[in-house]
Amino acid sequence: MVESSQNENIEILTYSEVEEVSGYIGNFDVRIRKKARLVDMKKCTGCGTCYQKCPVKVPSEFDMETGMRKAIYIPFPQAVPNVPVIDKVNCRMFTKGKCQICQKLCQAEAVDYEQEDEVIEDKFGAVVVATGYDLFDASVYGEYGGGRFKDVISGLQLERLISPAGPTGGHIVRPSDGKEPKNVVFIQCVGSRDPEKGFPYCSSVCCMYTAKHAVLLKEHIPDVQTNIFYMDIRSAGKNYEQFVQRTMEQYGALYIRGRVSKIYQRGDKLIVKGADTLAGSQVEVEADLVVLATAITARHDSKELAKILGIPYDQFGFFTELHPKLAPVETVTSGVFLAGACQSPKDIPDTVAAASGAAVKVAALFSGDFLSMEPLVSTIDTSVCSMCKACMEVCPYNAIQEEEITLRDGTKKKQLKVLESVCHGCGACVSTCRSSCIMLKGMTDEQIFEELMAVAQ
Amino acid sequence: MIYQLNADVRNFGKTISQLSDVDIYTCYQCGKCTAGCPIVMEMSHTPNQIMRLIQLGLKEDVLNSLTPWLCAACETCTTRCPKGVDIAKIMDTLRILARKEGYQSKEPNVVNFNDIFLNCIKDKGRLQETHLAMVYNLKTRQFFKDADIGRKLFMKGKISLSSDKIKGTDAMKSIFERSRAFLGKGE
Repeated sequence: MVESSQNENIEILTYSEVEEVSGYIGNFDVRIRKKARLVDMKKCTGCGTCYQKCPVKVPSEFDMETGMRKAIYIPFPQAVPNVPVIDKVNCRMFTKGKCQICQKLCQAEAVDYEQEDEVIEDKFGAVVVATGYDLFDASVYGEYGGGRFKDVISGLQLERLISPAGPTGGHIVRPSDGKEPKNVVFIQCVGSRDPEKGFPYCSSVCCMYTAKHAVLLKEHIPDVQTNIFYMDIRSAGKNYEQFVQRTMEQYGALYIRGRVSKIYQRGDKLIVKGADTLAGSQVEVEADLVVLATAITARHDSKELAKILGIPYDQFGFFTELHPKLAPVETVTSGVFLAGACQSPKDIPDTVAAASGAAVKVAALFSGDFLSMEPLVSTIDTSVCSMCKACMEVCPYNAIQEEEITLRDGTKKKQLKVLESVCHGCGACVSTCRSSCIMLKGMTDEQIFEELMAVAQ
Repeated sequence: MIYQLNADVRNFGKTISQLSDVDIYTCYQCGKCTAGCPIVMEMSHTPNQIMRLIQLGLKEDVLNSLTPWLCAACETCTTRCPKGVDIAKIMDTLRILARKEGYQSKEPNVVNFNDIFLNCIKDKGRLQETHLAMVYNLKTRQFFKDADIGRKLFMKGKISLSSDKIKGTDAMKSIFERSRAFLGKGE
């Protein structure tokens, strides 16, 4: 991330939102709202005095609420850019109207409470969507505590606890009392593969990260016992199956094939009651910590973004690719590409592969002076067109636009034109046109009629 | 045990699906039903094993199993099933089918209890605890089983010996006859 921020050809706009995208491949007009971070990015030296001295503490979103952050903060130590942001909702300057500690202490005079959102409008040649995913909220499962137990955490929370830069400095402790867990239960498929309460799809990463967590736990706490409740182990990928086997054989993880029906507190332990379908019986585990492999879901605002970009999404909010096998990083809107988990749940190698694919597609698009497209696009016979604009309504790619031309006698006239770079030749406009003035190139009525005649002979 | 799989492997499952209006083949054997079942330790097969046996068409094993007879119909399995399979209803269907086809329950007391319970409702139009407990204990030859607690309940007026019937017992009888005729058609 640091490397890309230093590349002169890369501009990173963090804390910004795309508000509007118009135009077409090679000519996207994008409006970006750069939200006011209330810290001047040019003046700030990244010394960190402000967030060390800030008196307000709130749960950190980046640490999945396992740790605290200040009201002026950087999300994590390696964040790029190394410029803090003020959280207006919690900052004392905005809740109580006084404080100004950060402003007084900032030697670079970078804190500016009056700063306003900046709107950037610029032209871009292509768009790569890489908005990632959200985590499923496991509190719908009453049997897993419904969010009542502090020691029932999600896989991402455990990830923060293991991280050396995390809230505990890499020490794995129970959130409730700060003790080291000795018996840990993992529950897989929490929200995934559950059409009734969650989603029918497999989240594809949980089997592997749970195995990784079991390994890391064993390495951090040598006398820990890990118990993993699973439905199926999906370890398709290079060396994945060997890794899972190693987790069982060398790291002593006990895989229990079955589901959990109840978690309840007994003393300071959590009793996990579940089934072992291979043994054909129920099983009870006295656990110190329970880790839920919560499902990957689409970003909560993915549908709004899809509407801004004009790309389709599926019933779960994941963006739809042009073709599941032959065009996995393209979308139906030319010039908009997908990378990573915004398309479907993906692990890191798959995300890197998709992102590399999208990057190469963009590079290929920009490398030529001309854009080569499918020749099967529609054309409008403007002399017949009645300007009813029904074709504009039906076009799924917004390829038909209104233009104004100046006639030879100087009068101005409005007419429709097809953006050939955007048109996919689907034919929706052809069949809709009331005056039959739209034709697909290479598929005119005359040509089809001639073909039929040739077949009939 | 070695089981044989023939071309008609799905016949039994289809029958059960039809009778219960629950698609048995949606079950993907996660084991959530077994995990939450309060009486699984007494069962001969766990609920998920019963579902698997039905999918495999092993009719004899399923209908001779103790599991459907011990099922308390608490419906924890049905509530929790991620695929929406109504397991409690399938257990009910299995009980009906087993009786219809003359399978002897390995837990005859459950059958006795059900019969006495239903007969009580048929005759009196309501459940009368004294009647139920007495007839059941007589039939299962446990003559003094509830004598002690029964006496205490009687002294406190919680139960009575008088047999009170509802007004429309004739209607109750016809309801029973009609449902029996309805079931007889196999619908």
